[in-house]
Amino acid sequence: MKCPPFDYHRATSVADAVDALQAAGDEGKILAGGQSLVPVLALRLARPAVLVDVNRIPGLAGLERRDGVLHAGALVRHLALADQRQHPLAAEAARWIGHTAIRSRGTLAGSLAHADPAAELPAVLRACDGAVQVAGPSGTRRLRADELFVGALQSALADTEMITGVELPVPDAWGFAEFARRHGDFAVVSVAAARFGERVRIVVGGVAGVPHLVDAGDLATVDGDVSDDRVTLLAAAAADDVDPASDLHGSAGYRRALTEQMTLRALADLAGHLRPVREPA
Amino acid sequence: MKITVTVNGERHRLDVEPRRTLVDALRDDLGLTGTHVGCEHGVCGACTVLVDGEPVRACLMLAVQADGASVATVEGLAGDDGTLHPLQEAFSRCHGLQCGACTPGMLMTAVHLLDTDPDPGRETIRAEMSGNICRCTGYTGIVDAVAEAARRRVTSETS
Repeated sequence: MKCPPFDYHRATSVADAVDALQAAGDEGKILAGGQSLVPVLALRLARPAVLVDVNRIPGLAGLERRDGVLHAGALVRHLALADQRQHPLAAEAARWIGHTAIRSRGTLAGSLAHADPAAELPAVLRACDGAVQVAGPSGTRRLRADELFVGALQSALADTEMITGVELPVPDAWGFAEFARRHGDFAVVSVAAARFGERVRIVVGGVAGVPHLVDAGDLATVDGDVSDDRVTLLAAAAADDVDPASDLHGSAGYRRALTEQMTLRALADLAGHLRPVREPA
Repeated sequence: MKITVTVNGERHRLDVEPRRTLVDALRDDLGLTGTHVGCEHGVCGACTVLVDGEPVRACLMLAVQADGASVATVEGLAGDDGTLHPLQEAFSRCHGLQCGACTPGMLMTAVHLLDTDPDPGRETIRAEMSGNICRCTGYTGIVDAVAEAARRRVTSETS
């Protein structure tokens, strides 16, 4: 369980990191918090020739809310995201990530670039219709959540690109719910719900290769309060809309049932009233 | 690669391979074997140490990343004369350990918990300690120990 050998480059700037990645060809890998990458190395599931450590690049740990959008630097740690009050949905989701000793190192951009479909922050980025700022050899570009996540652990980022910042629009109302077998585990199913004006966006994690944006049609347009009836209909629509696979952690039917329950809870949170039932039926 | 790291207040210069994890550097290069290696992929919590005051899985951090950092390990808890840290005493009194494999990680996690929340309830203790796996005790003694250490500290500070 020791990492295979690699060269190590401590990047001093974004440009320096991109240069190092480019010099490594397709053999380079960004090291941010390392909470997913180092286990992958220890298990020898990957053998990058060069690790480009971005942790000491200055100016990438800022958090600022401007015009209804939280602008977060790539190196914002999960603990800092959980502590901020400018984007409560992101704060709540960050509290569900692993444990304090994981949250102290893990980074926002690292979680997004890793693109685990059961992870919390990719679901939040998509629920908020957020975007990432990306730097690469040919300059910078902006990728929306819909474009960033391509498949399980696959993003649209090139080997020579690096996320430098994250834009998270702040919803008018929000809810988050997750079911995991043990405290701190990846979700079996998680749901992030965000309301922007009359539109409710529901994103389900753990049921597809990417965080799944529920297509609930006209049901997702809400005028005024979100009623109990609407919550029930939307939860049923979410369960209908997902097509989960069966694996060791749960059958497709179980995940579908969890999708309905977690959507009920997330929307009850969003609607501002908690339902008495807190355990899956 | 040459790095400088301060461990329990003492500065060390090390020459490490980039792939060396912090826990291996502590144990094999510095001889500080109090920090234990368990799963080596971030699940068990046995290797938890404090880096610049925050709990970190020392198996998920490379030693080169700790260059210039200040690390606190279980060896730094007891006094120079061998007097146990109040948490160590509480673990002993409450049967918070049996084989001892998880204990260093448990202690360092608990040190950070009580530093940030001097008076945690049992639910908070359980949640915060849940990233550290113990296969002996059934956890009750561990939760008792952290709760007792917190109680004694609050009592001694207010008396």
